[in-house]
Amino acid sequence: MSDAIKNGFQAAPLDRRNQRNQRVFRLLFLTMTVILIVPVVVILALLTIKGAPALSWGFFTESPKNGLTEGGIFPALVGTLWLVAVALVASVPLGVAAAIYLSEYAKDNLLTRLINLAIINLAGVPSIVHALFGLGAFVLFFKFGTSILAASLTLAIMTLPVVIVSTREALQSVPQSFRLACWSLGATRWQTIRKVVLPNSISGILTGVILEVSRTVGETAPIMFTGAVFFLPFLPQSVMDQTMAMSLHLYNVATQVPDIPEALPFGVALSLILMVLLLNSVSIAFRVHLRRVKKW
Amino acid sequence: MVSKDRIKLEVKDLEIRYGSHVALQGATLNIRENEIFGIIGPANSGKTSFLRAINRMDEMTSGMRVKGTLEFNGKDVSQWRNLYALRSRIGVVFPLPVGLPMSVYDNVAFAAKLRGVKGKANLDEVVERCLTRAALWDEVKDRLDSLGSLLSGGQQQRLTIARALSQDPELLLLDEFSIAVDPVTTMRIEEVLKDLKKEMTIVLVTNLVQQARRLADRTALFLAGEVVEVGKTKRLFGGAATDQRTTDYIEGRFG
Ligand SMILES: Nc1ncnc2c1ncn2[C@@H]1O[C@H](COP(=O)(O)OP(=O)(O)O)[C@@H](O)[C@H]1O
Ligand SMILES: [Mg+2]
Repeated sequence: MSDAIKNGFQAAPLDRRNQRNQRVFRLLFLTMTVILIVPVVVILALLTIKGAPALSWGFFTESPKNGLTEGGIFPALVGTLWLVAVALVASVPLGVAAAIYLSEYAKDNLLTRLINLAIINLAGVPSIVHALFGLGAFVLFFKFGTSILAASLTLAIMTLPVVIVSTREALQSVPQSFRLACWSLGATRWQTIRKVVLPNSISGILTGVILEVSRTVGETAPIMFTGAVFFLPFLPQSVMDQTMAMSLHLYNVATQVPDIPEALPFGVALSLILMVLLLNSVSIAFRVHLRRVKKW
Repeated sequence: MVSKDRIKLEVKDLEIRYGSHVALQGATLNIRENEIFGIIGPANSGKTSFLRAINRMDEMTSGMRVKGTLEFNGKDVSQWRNLYALRSRIGVVFPLPVGLPMSVYDNVAFAAKLRGVKGKANLDEVVERCLTRAALWDEVKDRLDSLGSLLSGGQQQRLTIARALSQDPELLLLDEFSIAVDPVTTMRIEEVLKDLKKEMTIVLVTNLVQQARRLADRTALFLAGEVVEVGKTKRLFGGAATDQRTTDYIEGRFG
């Protein structure tokens, strides 16, 4: 290779500085990412190491015994599934319908903007406030008592903004040109929504539901006053029953019960995380499936 | 040729606004049955807005207001109670092809299904007929189940024409259909249009002055929200335009 060509390829001083900058920023962002991931890994590792000894088949299928110091988590597990399921049934149809209205029907006027603002603010209300609201509204005013129904409705109200916001974003990610083309063919708004908008935003909508599920499983404050209890030797039979729940159970075994084997709270925590991961992966698998058949 | 002189669309003193911005003003013209009516003019002249007013898209466009007379078959479009019925009689082709996110087959069968056509045999017939008319059948007949968006740009634009035809429209609105289409496909579509005008009225908004010359029976020049001149294409292009701006635009002196 001749010198001229070699020199031609040699970086000018400015180029070299840019390259150095690029390396520096790359390293910076990499470090940030690692800093972000480390706690997650540490938490999972710690929980697994400390909690794994407590896990056994019996741990998942038995009731707690001796003032929660022995036995398993079965009633709490079932109770959380109840709470999540009822909360989903209440909040998903409502949230999705509200999002469809706001994104597909509502005119862009002051009222709509106010509603949107209210929803965003609602998402920022602390869960303990929702808890007190649930207590006042569902337990006392509607006289549901402390029950799965009251607790789930509290959870539903708390997560409704999440569902609405994420659903609306999913709907708005569908290109406007599809709607225009569809309307031009003489389709009504609803036909357009059903045939074109919803099928192409369903995976985004599910993302919102996934978020809601994970949040619902972990919430403690909203269910503490409204339906979840310290200990119940039997499973709930209907939505009017009280129930144990994983999150509250963890709080109890970690802080309220003296002389507890160290592995037990970690076992409960690990199970709670596993439960969230399991529920999420079901939804994610469904989503991946839908995304594979995505049409544009 | 009695039908040649029947008026399909009568426009009187039409005004279109977006908020306080006037997009079209004082537009007065007639569009006759079974003619190709060309609309030329530079960008932002109000051509697309005019098409939107015809199929009442103002109802779906925030801020858009339409005033004046716009009669379709002698009945003002603002009087239509059932806008979906109105729109289903008007086919629209957009500048960039919009393949709905579904298969080639479903793209064409969609409007038919909306109209309540049932049964696979009937739908098959609609799909084949419309794709054939849009000069696309031979290219896609073996891949009807693949996604419409996987076709080439030119094929997609013919797909949208087939989709518009599946409505059995009385009026076909084309908005700069050749913007994203190769010259060969453009010529094929132009042949299709010449053939289609036997059955329907066509409004052809075009960015190509020569396309209007080739296809349109009559042509209108829109300029900055004003209808400058309407006349027989032959006359306008034959150097007999009454307005100097028309001659200038046709000869490419501005715009
Ligand atoms: N949805 C809209 N909202 C606000 N203004 C618009 C909208 N559509 C078009 N306009 C304005 O109306 C005028 C005419 O636009 P348009 O009808 O698209 O012209 P053309 O199709 O001739 O390019 C332009 O000034 C444009 O900015
Ligand atoms: Mg335009």
